[in-house]
Amino acid sequence: MDSNGVGETATHIRQEIASLQKTKAQIEDRISALQARLSSCSSEDGNEETNSSAPRHTETTFSGQLSADMIYRYSRHLLLPSFGVEAQANLLKSSVLVIGAGGLGAPALLYLAACGVGRVGIVDHDVVELNNLHRQMTIKFGQLNTWTMYNSYGFATHTAKCLLQIIHTEAYIGRSKVESAAAACRAINSSVQIVEHKEAFRTSNALEIMRKYDIVVDATDNVPSRYMINDCCVVLGKPLISGAALGLEGQLTVYNYNGGPCYRCLFPTPPPTTACQRCADSGVLGVVPGIIGCLQALEAIKVASAVGEPLSGRMLLLDALSARIRVVKIRGRSLQCEACGENATLTEQKFRDFDYEKFTQSPLSTSPLKLDLLPAEARITSKDYNDRISNGETHVLVDVRPAHHYKIISLPKSLNIPFTSLEQRLSEIPAALAREKDNKTDDASRDASLYVICRRGNDSQRAVEYLHKMGFTSAKDIIGGLESWAHDVDPQFPTY
Amino acid sequence: MQLTLEFGGGLELLCNSVKIHQVNVGTQAEGMKQLTMKHLLSWVRTNLIKERPEMFMKGDTVRPGVLVLINDCDWELSGQLETVLEEKDVVVFISTLHGG
Ligand SMILES: [Zn+2]
Repeated sequence: MDSNGVGETATHIRQEIASLQKTKAQIEDRISALQARLSSCSSEDGNEETNSSAPRHTETTFSGQLSADMIYRYSRHLLLPSFGVEAQANLLKSSVLVIGAGGLGAPALLYLAACGVGRVGIVDHDVVELNNLHRQMTIKFGQLNTWTMYNSYGFATHTAKCLLQIIHTEAYIGRSKVESAAAACRAINSSVQIVEHKEAFRTSNALEIMRKYDIVVDATDNVPSRYMINDCCVVLGKPLISGAALGLEGQLTVYNYNGGPCYRCLFPTPPPTTACQRCADSGVLGVVPGIIGCLQALEAIKVASAVGEPLSGRMLLLDALSARIRVVKIRGRSLQCEACGENATLTEQKFRDFDYEKFTQSPLSTSPLKLDLLPAEARITSKDYNDRISNGETHVLVDVRPAHHYKIISLPKSLNIPFTSLEQRLSEIPAALAREKDNKTDDASRDASLYVICRRGNDSQRAVEYLHKMGFTSAKDIIGGLESWAHDVDPQFPTY
Repeated sequence: MQLTLEFGGGLELLCNSVKIHQVNVGTQAEGMKQLTMKHLLSWVRTNLIKERPEMFMKGDTVRPGVLVLINDCDWELSGQLETVLEEKDVVVFISTLHGG
């Protein structure tokens, strides 16, 4: 596209950065492995500690329940009269499973590791995404390495998100989120046992994974996972710390705790898929899941240490825009609940056989929705579209994304009519087609063609389907939307 | 009857992105002695919901995935559709979130 010289240099630099990052990641891995070995060595030898700061004897237990190392490490907790040694000892004996290491899971994990939960498990099958390399801010934490916060436009479900996943460092781009999160947790607290589950949480492995933990944190991002995790917790009798965030709002509650309700008691029927299957994606302000994730860690700590009143039978609602947090009273356990009610017949076997994707009509997989509504002749690839307009074809391009998406980036001379207002603004389309036709004097006999584009090619198909119905039978959808344009036609075109 | 109605979790998008509505719901005209949630829901559907009403209601109640809170309490605890509203009540409609 641009001058080749510039492109080559940039590619070169990127390659070098990538290779250095790989080396850096390997070195960091070795350091953390060595640190783990060192801490076990010094506990065996008792006096091998060479650190000039306070000498610590990891395993030496004095009169109380905690070793010297732990007293030193958790002194701030021990000094809290309402927490103290007993609560800390409970915490050290407990285990927490965090499902999802993204916007919610990342902050939850950091605090769970830091506070001294005995064993922390992390489940996620995702990788730290490469396409966020350009959107990063580097910050430094005191004793830690250089950390990178990055915006992950992770297209986790039907709704895309701009997560600020503070746990994943640049060095881990392209590697699994679990590895990245585990390394961050070990760097914060090497005395905590971190268990890596680099796999998707499914009915086939859920029971075996969850069985080994006392408390479960749901930090996932889709409806089927939420039902599946809930049911697994009910079957195994584990308290569930459930958090969710979208846009500028967050929700938090504790399910299946001490006779309280479960997720199905509140939501016996899944929401309609139309609630979340739009190509028009809603974002999220990274700090909002950050807050909810921290609160999930807090509730998990309360349950694990048996301190305070966990948020069971109540729900916390955060509205970041108006800076309001309200805690509301929700229903108790429902006798009719299909998971935990009086006549519920949920067993391990039934759980294994249950089809959560079918039940919720939405996929567990994190790949974005790909609709296929139209016949082949009503569709065109971004490359073919580019060829046609390069040849000067008379046409109108309608961009059906929401106005705030259009403002981020758009193709030149496109007409923005958001999908939701297509019906009201339909008359603008024949007007634009007529205008184009009039502008072309040389080929006046041919009508202007009509193309529709959106971000990924779902809403554009819906729009074309509608346009066909309304008589615009030649309307074509650009397959894969602006993402395919950026991928196949113009690599410089920004994606978001 | 003066009520405060709030929409959240994305439901506000159905009413011009306005989250808080101070409303006056008449009971006289319809010859009702009391205002129940059932009446309020149909009033909201007619007067506040500007688009995609199916994202708010299903049948004569809210669609699955919507929590209704009356004065910060789940409406399941007060009788759901049969709940009788009182002057200055705050009714919150909130869609459950599942993002993370
Ligand atoms: Zn239940």
